[in-house]
Amino acid sequence: MRHPDVIVVGAGSVGVPVAWSLACSGVRTLVLDAGASAGQGANKAAIGGVRATHADPAKIRTGRESLRVFANWEDEHGDDIEWVTGGYAFVAYREQEEITFRKLLQTQQRHGLDIGWLDRDAMLDRVPDLAHESPEGDALRGGTFSPGDGHCSTLLASHALAEAARRAGAEFRFRERVTELFVEGGRVRGVRTDHGSYTAPVVVNAAGGAAAQVAALADDELAVRADLHEAAISEPVAPFLTPLVVDVRPGPGSANVYFYQSKGGQLVFCLTPSPPIWGDDLRETSVFLPQVAKRLVALMPRLRHLRVRRTWRGIYPMTPDGSPLVGWSERAEGLLHAAGMCGQGFMLGPGVGSLVARMVRREATADDAETLAAWAPRRAFVGQEALR
Amino acid sequence: MGTSRLEQHPILAIEPRDDVPFVWNGEPCTAKAGEVIASAVIAHGEQVFGHHPKDGSPQGLYCANGQCAQCLVLADGRPVKACMAAVTPGMVVAPLDGLPEVPVDARVVDGRDPELHDAERREVPVMIVGGGPAGLSAATELGRHGIPVLLVDDKDRLGGKLVLQTHRFFGSINAVHAGTRGIDIGRRLEAEARAVDTTEIWTSSTVLAVFSDGWVGVWRDGARYALVKPRVLLVAAGSRERALPFRGNTLPGVLGAGAFQTLLNRDLVKAAERLLVVGGGNVGLITAYHALQAGIEVVGLVEAAPECGGYRVHRDKLARLGVPIMTSHTIVAAWGHGRVEDSSSRSELLGTPRSGVHGATIARVDARFRPIAGSERHFACDTVLVAVGLDPVDEFTAQARAAGMTVFAAGDCDEIAEASAAIFAGKIRGLEIARELGADVGEVPPDWLRTAELLRSKPGPVRPERGSSRSELLGAGQSPAHGGSRSELLGAGRSPAHVHGSSRSELLGTPRSGVHPVFHCSQEIPCNPCTSVCPQGLIHIDPDDIRHVPEYLGDVLGDACIGCERCVRICPGLAITLVDHRDDAEHPVVTIPFEFDADALHAGDVVTVLDTGGEVLGNVEVVQVRGVPRKAVAGGPSGGRDGTLLVKVRAPADIAPRIAGLRLPRGWHGDGWAPDPTELTDDEIVCRCERVTAGELRSLIRAGHRDVNELKTIVRAGMGACGGKTCTPLIERLFREEGVAAADVTPAVRRPLFVEVPLGVFAGVEEGA
Repeated sequence: MRHPDVIVVGAGSVGVPVAWSLACSGVRTLVLDAGASAGQGANKAAIGGVRATHADPAKIRTGRESLRVFANWEDEHGDDIEWVTGGYAFVAYREQEEITFRKLLQTQQRHGLDIGWLDRDAMLDRVPDLAHESPEGDALRGGTFSPGDGHCSTLLASHALAEAARRAGAEFRFRERVTELFVEGGRVRGVRTDHGSYTAPVVVNAAGGAAAQVAALADDELAVRADLHEAAISEPVAPFLTPLVVDVRPGPGSANVYFYQSKGGQLVFCLTPSPPIWGDDLRETSVFLPQVAKRLVALMPRLRHLRVRRTWRGIYPMTPDGSPLVGWSERAEGLLHAAGMCGQGFMLGPGVGSLVARMVRREATADDAETLAAWAPRRAFVGQEALR
Repeated sequence: MGTSRLEQHPILAIEPRDDVPFVWNGEPCTAKAGEVIASAVIAHGEQVFGHHPKDGSPQGLYCANGQCAQCLVLADGRPVKACMAAVTPGMVVAPLDGLPEVPVDARVVDGRDPELHDAERREVPVMIVGGGPAGLSAATELGRHGIPVLLVDDKDRLGGKLVLQTHRFFGSINAVHAGTRGIDIGRRLEAEARAVDTTEIWTSSTVLAVFSDGWVGVWRDGARYALVKPRVLLVAAGSRERALPFRGNTLPGVLGAGAFQTLLNRDLVKAAERLLVVGGGNVGLITAYHALQAGIEVVGLVEAAPECGGYRVHRDKLARLGVPIMTSHTIVAAWGHGRVEDSSSRSELLGTPRSGVHGATIARVDARFRPIAGSERHFACDTVLVAVGLDPVDEFTAQARAAGMTVFAAGDCDEIAEASAAIFAGKIRGLEIARELGADVGEVPPDWLRTAELLRSKPGPVRPERGSSRSELLGAGQSPAHGGSRSELLGAGRSPAHVHGSSRSELLGTPRSGVHPVFHCSQEIPCNPCTSVCPQGLIHIDPDDIRHVPEYLGDVLGDACIGCERCVRICPGLAITLVDHRDDAEHPVVTIPFEFDADALHAGDVVTVLDTGGEVLGNVEVVQVRGVPRKAVAGGPSGGRDGTLLVKVRAPADIAPRIAGLRLPRGWHGDGWAPDPTELTDDEIVCRCERVTAGELRSLIRAGHRDVNELKTIVRAGMGACGGKTCTPLIERLFREEGVAAADVTPAVRRPLFVEVPLGVFAGVEEGA
């Protein structure tokens, strides 16, 4: 396909569902990626949690749409993406977390999200292995639980979505790096790669950690900067944990820790480094495992016996306020940015995909307009999302 | 199968060991003190350690090296690798069927916190990963220059794979202790390394990763986490065995050669009754020989290439002992009790068969190594040994390079070669590292480099080459004239250089008077122990190139062999005999080296004697059987017999020079067994951790997938416990077989950890807490 309707730059957490949504609505779509297959960038480093229970309306709306896609994928398309509707449990051991969670709960419930407060015993029913008391002596208070959220394999999901996009007519070209955006008279006309040139009236920048560089090819600026997170996965064990557990207490070098047990029985776990580690060096350091292991074992002592299998590093394409950058470029007409997902590209991907498809078809809804206002690439960045 | 412990062994001393009671699958059993669970369970007659969670297929010991996780069992409720965890008194060991439960920690209930400790951090000038031949030699060399070293090894005993090698080693006698048994070389190298007081050694400690910040993660003593930052890292982690896809290749009883040697030669467990060996390289040939020494029947050895790739002398030893060596053949199936359909039901599993393999099918291969339909043959056997090559353990080197560290590699993890080469490479690396650290040690001497090159060299062609018969060479009915000059004997037209399977020395025969050695040694390999032991100085190999075959100079120099038999004793290939005409010119006495139990052979017995390649020459009478006293080795046992017997037979003069070995009478009958065609065998498994078949991967390759990472995504090949150690080379091979150029294939990203480690270790939970 040399002359598609839309070129999507990037076959990752965002680019793949964008291509799927576009192809399903009859748009001739070409996806270009420097990697060797779909999802080989930040996507496969993501751990696969999917929730609608965010803190702001745009993410709630988009997350809800994504959740629907992932949760129903196997029923509707037949592929097992290891989806589990296990819910999210945010646990509170201190008063300050309880206050934060309860305040958020009001917003979340106002948006109709299925989320509620569990007291200590109810939380222990859901997550029986939680420590009753923290090492600092704080007793478990309970926390929020959203039963409709869940998790799946990012690898399998991206592969399944890419295959579905292909079946719907999208073409993927891998090992092709975009080196140039053709912009004439203020309009994007196509792209050049290290293998050839393609023309299209619309180019979607879904380049994740490289989105700022792609924008720069059109003299546009995107406030995306990568920071680094490490994650790990255990051996598979018999089911012992249903929800994805989040502990937002700060610890030495970390802002939080979160983990879940996959459908195949493996514990997948991650933390947010604090202060952030900026850059794109994907090599593992000696810091992460002792750091995360201490947090996990303190939170769930039983985990000390669970064996770690593999560890890796991935990037979060961060924006100044923790919310994505989705919108038409002000520099080049026809260039659409869908980037800066701040580590939530996977869980927001299908929602962003259908939003982008509506934008391309000029069918954006009033809700979309509200989302796009919040996520405008050139907005004034103020504040920080409460629960990212 | 009736596996059991070895009660006697021609080479290894069977020392009494304390009994350790434990429970396996509800039955009281006995282990030996210090023994790993796998060996104790197999000694109890059990090959099936559990059933795979994915398909309920039985699994058991495979690598015996802590790498593959096929041998997982539950020990006191916790999943452990049976090949690495020692049995403790009263331990309750159960098969692992399906996924293990995470043990519930008592503290969850009472709410107390575990004590967490920070990992030990150490900065050292030199860290050596691996205490095998290369690592030990390097440590000793660095110690000589006063450089402190931390050496880390994952086993509880140093020496690497030398501890499994009961045969005498090839190579240079001065440089690498050639002519000594591998196990004794290992002890010697360990004693030398331990004698250095600036060297610290951590055994039972596994390196997990070399991190980008220059710290090396170590699982120390199997109990706690330590981080080491070396100025120079030397990786001497050896190699891992290649796997082979064939139907039934994951059945318990299909073992890597290292696993088999570990059971047999380290743990003294008779790991099989009847063995089929796949692979005719040195590892396969030697392991087959070790099996025979342990009284195991070797029903055959198959090699896909037209010739065995290992040393000719190793192959010949097997041939003389009657092992069918089937070149241009491969294994196509192992037959055994297949999967348990409902792996969730423990009660059903308790009644399942304890053995894995009970037969194997081999077939001839075509020029592209594909099995030829209709050429299948079946063998009854309880164990299939896979010895199809080695791959370097190179991930630490790669990680260290990526981290910008100063890193060296030595031994198999640098280049696959014989242990003798690794010993010398370690010494050279030690000197290079000393230089790197500023020690005034000068350049590596050129003769060291030359020796290293010679030791690394692959075996040369077998000379004389195939094509001419002995009679063509020597003329019908003729023996070479006695007393002729060397040039006459070797003269044009009579050159013995064209008879396959016979050495020059055999072809020339010996004068029918006096005593003379015969070298049944027809291949250029780096080896020279025979030259150093002759008190008359009559055995010559070019000292500048010890790959040459030895020459006997007695005829040329006019000095006489005195019949001391030292060359017979020391030859690692068992390829020197002595023909002594002194008391009967027509019926000389031939001294043959023999490495089997002394009890099996007595003066007056009639034995079958064979030529080098295993052709029967006749039946002759044994006149004497004599043991060789053990030479004291530092760190090794002293006194007693060293394992080699010198068997003297009286034979007719015309066959005497051709006698290279003897065969014990044995009733072997592996052939003739036929499999039950209805019996379920597994497909050819490429990724054993995730039970991914060759067929699944082939269909993805044919569908156009070229990214190994994507194959991982779709079918999970390489996502299991071993981290792609086993399947990566096999997947590469599948791409090649499908005609995909290597440049079009994107390799899988490799990530730590090297082995799985409990979170509590990283968290710093005190063991036993």
